[in-house]
Amino acid sequence: MSDWQAVCNLDDIPRLGSRVVRRRSGGEGEDDIALFRTQGEVFALKNKCPHKGGPLSEGIVHGKAVTCPLHGWKLRLESGEAVAPDVGCARRHPVKVENGVVYLQF
Amino acid sequence: MKKPRLVMVGNGMAGVRTVEELLKIAPDHYEIAIFGAEPHPNYNRILLSPVLAGEMTVQEIVLNDLDWYSGHGIRLHVGKKVARLDRVRRQVVAEDGTVEDYDRLLLATGSTPFVLPVPGNDLPGVIGYRDIKDTDEMIEAARRHKHAVVIGGGLLGLEAANGLKLRGMDVTVVHLAPWLLERQLDEVAGKMLQKSLEDRGLKFLLEKQTEALTRGESGRVAAVRFKDGMQIPADLVVMAAGIRPNTGLAEAAGIYCQRGIVVNDTMQTYDPKIYAVGECVSHRGTAYGLVAPLFEQAKVAANHLANFGIGRYTGSVTSTKLKVTGIDLFSAGDFMGGKGSEEIVLNDPAGGVYKKLVIKDNKLVGGVLYGDTADGAWYYQLLKEGRDIHPLRDHLLFGQTSGGDAGHQGQNKAALMADSAEVCGCNGVTKGVIVRAIKEKGLFTLDDVKKHTKAASSCGSCAGLVEQILASTIGGAYTPAASVKKPVCPCTDHSHDEVRKAIREQGLTSIPETMAFLEWKSPNGCDKCRPALNYYLISTWPHVAKDDSQSRFINERVHANIQKDGTFSVVPRLWGGLTTPAELRAIADAAEKYRVPTVKVTGGQRIDLLGVNKEDLPRMWADLNRAGLVSGHAYGKSIRTVKTCVGAEHCRFGTQLAMAMGVKLEKMLFDMYAPHKVKLAVSGCPRNCAEAGIKDVGVIGVDSGYEIYVAGNGGIKTEVAQFLVKVGSDDEVLEYAGAFLQLYREEGHYLDRTCHYVGRVGLDYVKGRIVEDEDGRKALYARLRDALKDARDPWAERVAGKQKHEFEILEA
Ligand code: SRM
Ligand SMILES: Cc1cc2nc3c(=O)[nH]c(=O)nc-3n(C[C@H](O)[C@H](O)[C@H](O)COP(=O)(O)OP(=O)(O)OC[C@H]3O[C@@H](n4cnc5c(N)ncnc54)[C@H](O)[C@@H]3O)c2cc1C
Ligand code: SF4
Ligand code: FES
Repeated sequence: MSDWQAVCNLDDIPRLGSRVVRRRSGGEGEDDIALFRTQGEVFALKNKCPHKGGPLSEGIVHGKAVTCPLHGWKLRLESGEAVAPDVGCARRHPVKVENGVVYLQF
Repeated sequence: MKKPRLVMVGNGMAGVRTVEELLKIAPDHYEIAIFGAEPHPNYNRILLSPVLAGEMTVQEIVLNDLDWYSGHGIRLHVGKKVARLDRVRRQVVAEDGTVEDYDRLLLATGSTPFVLPVPGNDLPGVIGYRDIKDTDEMIEAARRHKHAVVIGGGLLGLEAANGLKLRGMDVTVVHLAPWLLERQLDEVAGKMLQKSLEDRGLKFLLEKQTEALTRGESGRVAAVRFKDGMQIPADLVVMAAGIRPNTGLAEAAGIYCQRGIVVNDTMQTYDPKIYAVGECVSHRGTAYGLVAPLFEQAKVAANHLANFGIGRYTGSVTSTKLKVTGIDLFSAGDFMGGKGSEEIVLNDPAGGVYKKLVIKDNKLVGGVLYGDTADGAWYYQLLKEGRDIHPLRDHLLFGQTSGGDAGHQGQNKAALMADSAEVCGCNGVTKGVIVRAIKEKGLFTLDDVKKHTKAASSCGSCAGLVEQILASTIGGAYTPAASVKKPVCPCTDHSHDEVRKAIREQGLTSIPETMAFLEWKSPNGCDKCRPALNYYLISTWPHVAKDDSQSRFINERVHANIQKDGTFSVVPRLWGGLTTPAELRAIADAAEKYRVPTVKVTGGQRIDLLGVNKEDLPRMWADLNRAGLVSGHAYGKSIRTVKTCVGAEHCRFGTQLAMAMGVKLEKMLFDMYAPHKVKLAVSGCPRNCAEAGIKDVGVIGVDSGYEIYVAGNGGIKTEVAQFLVKVGSDDEVLEYAGAFLQLYREEGHYLDRTCHYVGRVGLDYVKGRIVEDEDGRKALYARLRDALKDARDPWAERVAGKQKHEFEILEA
């Protein structure tokens, strides 16, 4: 587990929206991360839908879930798990907000 | 200018249908007069059988009442038989001396029952079965007499016999062939039919030849005698041994006839001023005796009478159903089979079901269904289309795998289907997958099945079948989908209409406000309701309600279409499908600069640049903007394309400037959002090269102006656009099209195309609002113009920095 890293200000993420974080080290197999902001919290998931790899960052955020833009799977932001009936999971990343700054662990 | 005169002889099914088709496409082209020998307006002759059987009344089968004729300015000479045609003076003369002059003449005289040439065939009590008069006479005979003999075991004869039996007569059917309906059924089905009719008390004498009808003391017919000497009593004899086309009038006027009035593929007789349709016609050597082909003829004749000159009638394959309540029978095409063909047969005499399909070169060429005809229409379609049935062959006999309403019969059908049979064609879901999901996950409703298997979640045409599978899998535990009021989504109990009403009446202008007022059940909705609410708000309160970007699907949020790999496609607007070398150069440059992997001409007359990285979008748009190119909204529930043909600008047939009209429409509608996407087309003449017949609004140029069609759809379920109105000027096209689209914008449910909206409210309602109510139309049009007064290119806005965060990636 790596250290906390500041990625942006909270206000850089639109409410009920998302941003994409790409790692500068950017090696093979290192996927982008999607940061989501709900009404009051921030979550981070690997930006790849367990269904067919759709970019979750482009989905519509509602409640504590995001709907994948490609075929409409719904994923829980807290766990990365797909909402039944679909089955699958997008990897979750720890995230925290302090003094309006968003920190992420990769 | 005086209108040309069209006179029609014969006020029956084929003729009046031709006039109806003509009025649809060229409403004021002719001054029309019609002669009909029968003292009735046009009625549905087919339904004389249920009238005889006592299941319907004569009033119920009238197709066009007298008001219809007067409403269309048609002079109707009802009860007047035409005695002769004068082709030199171009006049039609009726028996009572009435004369009408014609520029075009339409003959639709139908046919008369064939009367066997045997002694006694003119006795009272001997009749054919053709019209209301015959039917009344049969009903009257049934009241007074006992014995009826029907000569001819064809469709007409059996329907007559069944009706007379139901009216209490003792009925015998005499038939020359070895089995009934020998032209529609093979021997097995023919015998099954005979058995079930015998069970109802009908008697049959097969392979019997009638020799004479004998007269009784009262002067009325009393018996039928056969060649073999046998004789049976008969107080009523119905001749149903075939029909003869009514060609007497045409022949006397010297028009070429050969077992029918001979016509070419445009339904024109040898006299170019004279057209003919219906049972009186012989086309390529065939005279048809069923309405389906006659209605096809009617369409073609109308097209030529309207001077459009594009239809061709090339003959028809026909199918047959017997209208005897309780007996299901269907036959079509070459059902006997024979050399070079194969047969698939299901024979269940105990269950009363027989099916035979005849296949030749992997195509269905004919079939007979007895006892279960639910799939008749489907087989008939396969047959007409000449589709390769090889992939369907395994379950062909079990019927169409998609669709049909849930019901007792259908339930058996679902149960019969093989597990490997595909139920949902859109999503490739088989019956086995659905059954497994139902059992393993304990599903009870259609919605459950949709969610778990994706079956019926696309075009929805297999929903009925899925419900049947549910019913047959879990039986009584099945809960049918509630059909009354449909909530927008599970976040609310309110319907689309209720939400729209609340927004309008309560002056709600934001999503949180609306959700609070309507007591939404979730904190901030879901991906279904939020885009709908956003649209309802901005369309109800333009310039006031703020567009909520986070409630838009990604394509609308970033103004490009997302691809399967997360890249985007860019489609610049080519107004009316037109472009310039400079624009093409800018598109080519952008494609190279941003390394676009695929450049494609779309089905909407423009160019798609596919595979662009999201971060590159604003820069690419800036380049395109510089060449004057703006967003094509290829991604939006919004105005998409206005397709045009070259029109009078270049085309030798063009009647109107189609390209210019298309560009005007597209400019007017630029940046218009709607419940779903909106597509238009403008064609310069009825050849319709821009395919206006399947557009939300289709405009077709004609000599005197434009015809406007609405609510067509070329997508999942093709819908032909319906005629709305004819107008004279470009400005009227803008006004009517604009008003119609505004009506749809104000009343359509989110994700309904215009065809769904008009299907819900009805075309008459739309005409009432747009055509008949001038003030209302102008007000709608004004509201549309107002909503679009500050239309902007969304690309240019983003180039200028709007929603910047969308296109920037954070680095860590
Ligand atoms: C690009 C294009 C195919 C092509 O290469 O030719 C296309 C591509 C797509 N069509 Fe289409 N349609 C295209 C012309 C059509 C046409 C033909 C036409 O417009 O003349 C039709 C039938 C006409 C009609 O709509 O009535 C058509 C009927 C559909 C439908 C079914 C709509 C319906 O009401 O039944 C969908 C699904 C939907 O919208 O829900 C659809 C959806 C789509 C989507 C947007 C699927 C999606 O959601 O991702 C495709 C986007 C591909 C992309 O990323 O660019 N596309 N699509 C065409 C773009 C035309 C343009 O210049 O804007
Ligand atoms: C009982 C019955 C059941 C049927 N069931 C079916 C069925 O289930 N399915 C099916 O497809 N078809 C059925 N048909 C056949 C169908 O009704 C005909 O094919 C269709 O009506 C033919 O249309 P038409 O316009 O050519 O002729 P018609 O409808 O007969 O119209 C011709 C009209 O012209 C009039 N006329 C003739 N000469 C003159 C003249 N000189 N002057 C003025 N008027 C004249 C006649 O009086 C008649 O009204 C049935 C027919 C009958 C009788
Ligand atoms: S038909 Fe339309 S939606 Fe289907 S694959 Fe082609 S472009 Fe995509
Ligand atoms: S890739 Fe996400 S739902 Fe298909």
